[in-house]
Amino acid sequence: MRPMKLDINGETVSFMAEARESLADVLRERLSLTGTHLGCEHGACGACTVDMDGKAVRACLTLGAMAEGRRVTTIEGFRDDPIMTLLRRHFHEKHALQCGFCTPGMLIMARDLLKSGADMSEKAVRDGMAGQICRCTGYAGIVRAIVAAAEEMRSVGADAS
Amino acid sequence: MKPAAFDYVRPASLDEAIGVLASAGGEAMPLAGGQSLLPLLGLRMTTVGRLVDIGRLAALRQVEETASHVVIGAALTHAEVEDGRVPDPGNGLMRRMAARIAYRAVRNQGTIGGSIAMADPAADWPVCLIALDAKARIAGAKGQRTVPVAELIEDIYTTSLARDEIIVAFEIPRLDAAARTGVAKVARKTGAFAMSLAVAVVNDGARAARVVLGGAANRAVRLPATSALLQSKDTSDATLSDAIGRDLSETAGELDDYSVRLHRAVVLRAIAEARAS
Repeated sequence: MRPMKLDINGETVSFMAEARESLADVLRERLSLTGTHLGCEHGACGACTVDMDGKAVRACLTLGAMAEGRRVTTIEGFRDDPIMTLLRRHFHEKHALQCGFCTPGMLIMARDLLKSGADMSEKAVRDGMAGQICRCTGYAGIVRAIVAAAEEMRSVGADAS
Repeated sequence: MKPAAFDYVRPASLDEAIGVLASAGGEAMPLAGGQSLLPLLGLRMTTVGRLVDIGRLAALRQVEETASHVVIGAALTHAEVEDGRVPDPGNGLMRRMAARIAYRAVRNQGTIGGSIAMADPAADWPVCLIALDAKARIAGAKGQRTVPVAELIEDIYTTSLARDEIIVAFEIPRLDAAARTGVAKVARKTGAFAMSLAVAVVNDGARAARVVLGGAANRAVRLPATSALLQSKDTSDATLSDAIGRDLSETAGELDDYSVRLHRAVVLRAIAEARAS
């Protein structure tokens, strides 16, 4: 066990953990932030995706210790984020979730795409979300929700910061 | 949590990192982005006593530009190359390659040096950097050396790196302004490792045309017979196909019929894209 001090959702938290614990492990098991889900634990499913220093990363392929000195934002930290609020509404309206297991990762990856200001055609969204696996929806609703959120963001000129 | 227990240290300098590796008696391994190493540890395909995190070392995140070369730090990420935050000596080739590696969330962490050190035979950077004639700058307990990437990678997951050596950067010659490049990749799904991956470079000034293939042999290899034919602009696909077949049996040995057809098609696509671009 080693002491760790991380910046999670704007708060500095100190705790003891093993070096081999992933960021997702420490979020869930040490800090009770269970909104970050663990599926495959080797980078293929995307359920554990969190934001680190403004970039989407796999919390299962980041050791807790590797997050020292970084700013980590989990799904819990995006409660009042304007882009996330927009995405949540479109996910709701377009039936973009069923069981919800993949949804935190989907939302964080979708927010990363929206922020990048990239092409948000259906094809680009499918490509950008290819690392996020959903076993319920068949993806159609998820893609529709993200494309619609991108259109709304563009039309209202929402602040993409 | 899936990996067996290990220690983790994050040295403040390259020299300190080399010191930790040298004194660990083979029990330590460098960790940069961790996007290949952490899954391998999780699947317990490999074990380690101590991970030495070199991902933030300033010495590994530098970029130098000269008239003839770009030097790219080994700990720069795929996403940094993809977004054009690093100059591209391949006239856009490196950006295109980076954008097709795994997924964005992986590209945000994975590093170019990590990809070469891992030496997966189906990975993207070995094929690209060998096609660009890149050399690796390596630092270790015995000093520094510079070695072509094509020689650094020796076999599947095997390089000539000693236990205390770290890839610091890649020296990559700039392509001629008139050079043209082509990339072809076949993977089961977006982001999966390639079943076959080829990069072709033609019209590169004084340097010979070449095509490099990954996913076929135990490491990415330049195809000699096919590359020689690329010097002439109008070699037919039939002639190229014969040469690809010869190169495949020389470099990859016995392959099943599907693999031969797959690699042949991928090499021809890369060549066609280079010629058409």
